[in-house]
Amino acid sequence: MKLPQAWRQPLAIVGGVIALAWIVIALAAPLLAPHDPLAQDLPRLASPGPGHWFGTDQLGRDILSRVMYGARLSIPLTLLLVVLSVLIGGLLGACAGYFGKWVDETIMRFADLVFAFPTIILAMVVAAALGASLTNAVLAVLVVAWPAYARVTRGLVLGVREREFVVSGRLLGFSAWRSLRVDVLPNVTGPILVLATLDIGTALLLLSGLSFLGLGAKPPSPEWGAMVASGVEVFDSWWVATFPGLAILTVVLAFNFLGDTLRDALDPRTARAIKERAL
Amino acid sequence: MSLLAISDLKVSIGGKEILRGVDLDLRAGRVHGLAGESGSGKTMTGLAVLGLLPHGARTSGRIALGERDLLAMPAKELNTVRGGEVAMVFQDPATSLHPMLSVGRQLTEHMRHHLGLDKKQARARALELLGQVRIPGPEGAIDRYPHQFSGGMRQRIAIAIALACSPKVLIADEPTTALDVTVQAGVLRLLRGLCDDLGLAVLLVTHDLGVMSAVADEVSVMKEGLVVETGPRGQVLRDPTHPYTRALLESLPGETS
Amino acid sequence: MSPTSSSEDLKGDTARRKPGRSGSRSPLIRFLARRVLTALLLAVGITLVTFVLTNLVPGDPVSANLGQRALGDPAIVAQWRAEHGLDKPLPQQYLMHLQGVVQGDLGTSQQSHRPVMDDLAESVPATLELAGAAILISLVAGVAFGVVAALRRDRLSDHLLRVLSLIGISVPTFWLALMAFYVFFYRLQVTPGSGRIDPTMSPPPQVTGLYTIDSALAGQWDVFASAVGHLITPALVLALYTIGLLTRFTRSAVLEVLGQDYVRAARAKGLPGRVILFRYVLRSALVPIITVAGLAFGSLLSGTVLVEAIFAWPGVGQYAYKSATTLDLPAVMGVGLVVGGVYLVINLIVDVLYGVIDPRVRLQ
Repeated sequence: MKLPQAWRQPLAIVGGVIALAWIVIALAAPLLAPHDPLAQDLPRLASPGPGHWFGTDQLGRDILSRVMYGARLSIPLTLLLVVLSVLIGGLLGACAGYFGKWVDETIMRFADLVFAFPTIILAMVVAAALGASLTNAVLAVLVVAWPAYARVTRGLVLGVREREFVVSGRLLGFSAWRSLRVDVLPNVTGPILVLATLDIGTALLLLSGLSFLGLGAKPPSPEWGAMVASGVEVFDSWWVATFPGLAILTVVLAFNFLGDTLRDALDPRTARAIKERAL
Repeated sequence: MSLLAISDLKVSIGGKEILRGVDLDLRAGRVHGLAGESGSGKTMTGLAVLGLLPHGARTSGRIALGERDLLAMPAKELNTVRGGEVAMVFQDPATSLHPMLSVGRQLTEHMRHHLGLDKKQARARALELLGQVRIPGPEGAIDRYPHQFSGGMRQRIAIAIALACSPKVLIADEPTTALDVTVQAGVLRLLRGLCDDLGLAVLLVTHDLGVMSAVADEVSVMKEGLVVETGPRGQVLRDPTHPYTRALLESLPGETS
Repeated sequence: MSPTSSSEDLKGDTARRKPGRSGSRSPLIRFLARRVLTALLLAVGITLVTFVLTNLVPGDPVSANLGQRALGDPAIVAQWRAEHGLDKPLPQQYLMHLQGVVQGDLGTSQQSHRPVMDDLAESVPATLELAGAAILISLVAGVAFGVVAALRRDRLSDHLLRVLSLIGISVPTFWLALMAFYVFFYRLQVTPGSGRIDPTMSPPPQVTGLYTIDSALAGQWDVFASAVGHLITPALVLALYTIGLLTRFTRSAVLEVLGQDYVRAARAKGLPGRVILFRYVLRSALVPIITVAGLAFGSLLSGTVLVEAIFAWPGVGQYAYKSATTLDLPAVMGVGLVVGGVYLVINLIVDVLYGVIDPRVRLQ
């Protein structure tokens, strides 16, 4: 089997392998994990070594097992989060770009408002308002994540809207919905896919950041951000915070490697549009 | 007198042969037209003279400016030839002038670098040049920016920039293609006039045989990286020997000779 | 519509940008007026959002503010509610809130029992110092790395910088802060601990609120050294993400400019390489870079929440965190306003810089 040119790159391969490994770990955590992630046992705060390769935390839980089980929380939630942001942001952005006028104004001013706040502060307020839980943290990130997609989709739709095949479709009397779905959608999926891949990392960083602040996952759940936070209390036992942090880093890095390669494969103009709007 | 002699110029980019042995001879006070369809290598020939070929291009042959071979010249020396002895005018003045630098700045910077003029001298010369290319009100124009001029005026400015250091050779790459038809003739007349007045050797690269017949003294026709026919304008355009030239001429709309 | 210039000479290129509506004569004033108007609208929007968000909170400010015994007395509760305007309908409460904001009254923090304005006056300079240092570091390092990567495109250094910048944008800030604290302070003991200056020192006399600048102004060089020493690690941690971002972005911006006709034209003029790089390439690339740097400042403010938590930096991030987790509504609203205001100022600065760099904006 021959891979497409864009994927035959070391970065993409490394990223793909790491991402795949984490997905396998997430799926097979019950089989792979040497211990029960919640079982409190002695010794407490054992340094890494045989038996507990990543050491144990202050309650004597095995960190390796917790990191593995953490993948079952963070990865699916992050993916879900990105899919939802794409759907919501994409739909709103497409409407804004396609219908223009007051629809555009309303949606985009809303997006501007969200952009006017640093993501984590807005997400923090939303999460605090809704009450600390992992689900609410996801909702909070969703609130700050959709506008990026709305902007990109709007820009792309504006670019496509006046092209001949769309205009002629409209002249033939096709409905706006059909035009959006048949003519516009295929032209915007590529860039959106790239943006989404890059955004997986951002979303995970934000989500784990909220958990780190105590606004997401509740103990004893083995969420990586919350695990780093518990490591702050015992920071001379470096392994408690180090390994969950490395888990976040590698997952984010894997998707950023993939997304960056994908972006290079796109034509430079769209690539730049994404970069500018995705921040 | 031959000012610039290109002989057996070969260029390949990424293993692909773009030029396969081009010979051209530019003489003072003469406009040499280089025709051919897009992809024939005519623009590459122009770029090769100034060493502006895309990254990774390999060249062989000889481009002789007097006694010196431009292809064999060290980069530093070539930089004194560029803009100094050999200048270039590009296709689209909307993109070949820097949008954020004033006309004066773009007219004077290489003069000061090549000729060592001070600010005042350079500005005086720039005003003179703007008058020479018939920009109305040079005093006002010099502090403006490219976007404040029309396409035709911008190309005149680009020509003024090219002439600033009194080059001997001017390479004009499709200088009228991006312009409105109404201003093309004016720019061509200007080029022809400058060539006559200053004794420039001009290489006029164009796909437009109409432009060619209006100003060129000699005409060379390129096809697939080779010059297939060369000679005085009248002879090549009226009595072409190569079938490709004939085909080119026949494809001209409204011209049935 | 087509411009009705009598001659084709010297006419402005009106097609490039949207033709402005007729009215004010100076385009610059019109441009600035529109920006300020948008900013004001956004500011009102920010107050509205913070107000709505904080009213969605299920927590009851009454129970948060009154003691157990007072809560048992309906008269006291009613009086307290009336005092704070909580008995009025929401739209009216919002107007009262807005009125207070205009008068510089952001209410009283339920946590510190001090005016929110005073709390912010203390914490904002701390965060500005941290974020300002970080954005300066990011701009210098990010642009330098990006230019190097673009000029050495596809060579080893380019690939290396690509991987490094991707790592930079992938590291969880809170974790990096903790690691830096552990390694440099706890293990190696090469950096000072948490806070803004050595605890044995007293802060310099306040001028700007930035300890580094204030101590330099006062000539207290020991305080200055301590302030810089305390600033450098959190600022670097905070900057890593934006350095990565700006490196990647500068690289692609410079590459795009390098492919422009005017750069080839500059080479055809025989200009030296460094003149082409600084005068021709960087000038153009700076426009998108500034846009991104402005946006990056927003993400820096996000990062401060996490970095301040680790380094015990007494800034807005910590204040925001404390007030959000304790549902201290006036404080949360105050933070929202300040942060939104900073965003507006950054936007305005970016817009003005566009005008400085690009005559097409200035002379439209």
